[in-house]
Amino acid sequence: MFIHTIAKPNAGKERKMASKYSNITVKGFRRENGRVGVRNHVLILPVDDISNAACEAVANNVKGTMAIPHAYGRLQFGEDLEVHFRTMIGTGSNANVHSVVVIGIEPDWTKRIADGIRETGKEVAEFSIEQKGDFETIRAASWAAKDFVHKATEVQREECSISELWVSTKCGESDTTTGLGSCPTVGNMYDKLLPEGITGFFGETSEITGAEHICQKRAISEEVGERWYKMWKAYQDDVIFAHQTDDLSDSQPTKGNILGGLTTIEEKALGNLEKIGRTSQYIDILYPAEQPNSGKGLYFMDSSSAAAECVTLMAAGGAVIHTFPTGQGNVVGNPIVPVIKITANPRTVRTMGEHIDVDVSGILRRDQTIDEAGDALIEMIRRTANGRNTAAEALGHREFSMTKLYRSA
Amino acid sequence: MSNIPHLLVHDHEDNVGVVVVEGLTAGTEMFCCVTHDNSTFTLTSGADVPIGHKIALKDLKDGDTAVKYGEDIGKIIADIPKGGHVHTHNCKTKRW
Repeated sequence: MFIHTIAKPNAGKERKMASKYSNITVKGFRRENGRVGVRNHVLILPVDDISNAACEAVANNVKGTMAIPHAYGRLQFGEDLEVHFRTMIGTGSNANVHSVVVIGIEPDWTKRIADGIRETGKEVAEFSIEQKGDFETIRAASWAAKDFVHKATEVQREECSISELWVSTKCGESDTTTGLGSCPTVGNMYDKLLPEGITGFFGETSEITGAEHICQKRAISEEVGERWYKMWKAYQDDVIFAHQTDDLSDSQPTKGNILGGLTTIEEKALGNLEKIGRTSQYIDILYPAEQPNSGKGLYFMDSSSAAAECVTLMAAGGAVIHTFPTGQGNVVGNPIVPVIKITANPRTVRTMGEHIDVDVSGILRRDQTIDEAGDALIEMIRRTANGRNTAAEALGHREFSMTKLYRSA
Repeated sequence: MSNIPHLLVHDHEDNVGVVVVEGLTAGTEMFCCVTHDNSTFTLTSGADVPIGHKIALKDLKDGDTAVKYGEDIGKIIADIPKGGHVHTHNCKTKRW
C-alpha cells in the first residue's frame, strides 16, 4: 500500500519504512533559512528593464556574478505587479543563490524586492539609479558584488539528504514519445522521492485541458481538487475564451508537437500528466511564482506552458532542480536552476544529443522499464545536485522570462 | 523482450497506437506492444508513417472517438482504415 506521507504537512515523524532512496545524500549549499541549494550564484538582479544595462556592467566588472536581464518592471499594477514582485523576490530567494545585488531605477520598488529577499537571511545590497546615473551606481554596486563573490567562493558544499531538494517539472516540444517514456520517467521519480519528503512542482495550466477530470482527482482532498478546477476553469474562461481569435489549434498543440505526432490538446494533456506518476497527489495550488507554505509534497503552480516562463516561475517558487522531458528537443535552460533534459525519442538523441542529459529511448525499444528509467533520473538528479553541469548549463542556456498577465498602465 | 516493437499502445481500450521506429513504410508487418501489460500483437501498416505518429488499430469512422491512454483524445473526422495514419487531417480536438 502507498502510504500518504505527503498528505500531512511536516509529517516527518510518521515516515514510512526506509526505501532504497531514503539514504541518498547530495553535496549541497545549506542556506541561512535551512533550505538546500545546488548552485551558488551571486546574482545582479534588475528591478526593471531600464536597469538591465547597469546590472550587465556590474556582472562584466566582477567575474563570478550573473546578471539576469528581463523585459518588465515599469508601470505594472494589480496582480500583474504582484507576479512581478514574487518572481523577482523568489528568484533572489532561491537556495541556488548565495547573495544578490539588486539595482532599480527608483529606490522604493528596489527596496521592496531587496527586503523580500533579505527575509531568507542572505546578504543583499540594493542600489537605485535616479539622481546618481549608471556610472556611480555601477561603481558602488561593483564593490558590493566583489565582496559577495569573495564570500560565496569560500562557502563549502555539505552533505544533505536528497529529500531536502525542491524539484520541479515541465515538459516541452512534446511528442507522443514524451507520454510513452520521458514523462512517465519523471512521474516514477516523483512516486519514489515525494514519499521521501522532497517538494515538487508541476503546472502548465493550459496543457491540462483534456485531462482536467484526471488532474482534479489527483488532489490530496476534494477541497484541493475543487480549488484546482476553479483555477483551471478561470484560465479557460478569462484567458483562452476571452482572447482566442481562432480555435487555438495553431498554438496548442504547437507546430513542433504536431510534427512529432501529437494531434490534439487532449492527447498532449494526457501525456503531460504522466509527469506526476501513478501514486503522487498534489497537496496545494500555487499562484504564479508563489512559494509553497503547506509543507513537503507536490504542488500545482498556475503557470504558462511556455518553457522559459514556466521554469522561471517554478524557480521563483523555490525549485532548485528542474526535470524537463522533451520529445522533439526543447533546448531551454534557466540562469539559476539546472534543467535536466530527458528524452525517449531516439531521433532526438541522434540529432540533438548535446542537449540531452538522460536518454530513456530504451523504453520505446522495451529494453528499459519505467522503473529503471526513474532510477536513472534520480541518479542524474543526485549528480546534478552534487555539481555536474547539465547540458543546458554547459551550452549557456539562461532563459529568464517574466510572466505578464496584462498590459501595463 | 527480444523483438523491438514498431508500434506501442498504451491501453487495451485504445484504438490508436504510436509508431516508435524511424522510417516505417506501408505494408510493414508491425510488431506491436501494449505497454500496460506488455502483451503483443501484429498489424500491417497501411501508410508510410513517421516516428511518433499514430496508426489506427481498427477501422475508424467519421464521428468516432479516438481513444489513447484509455481516454478520449478527440473526434475522427474522416474514415480511416485499420493500419492507416491518424493525425490532424482526420482527427480533431473536441475542445477548441
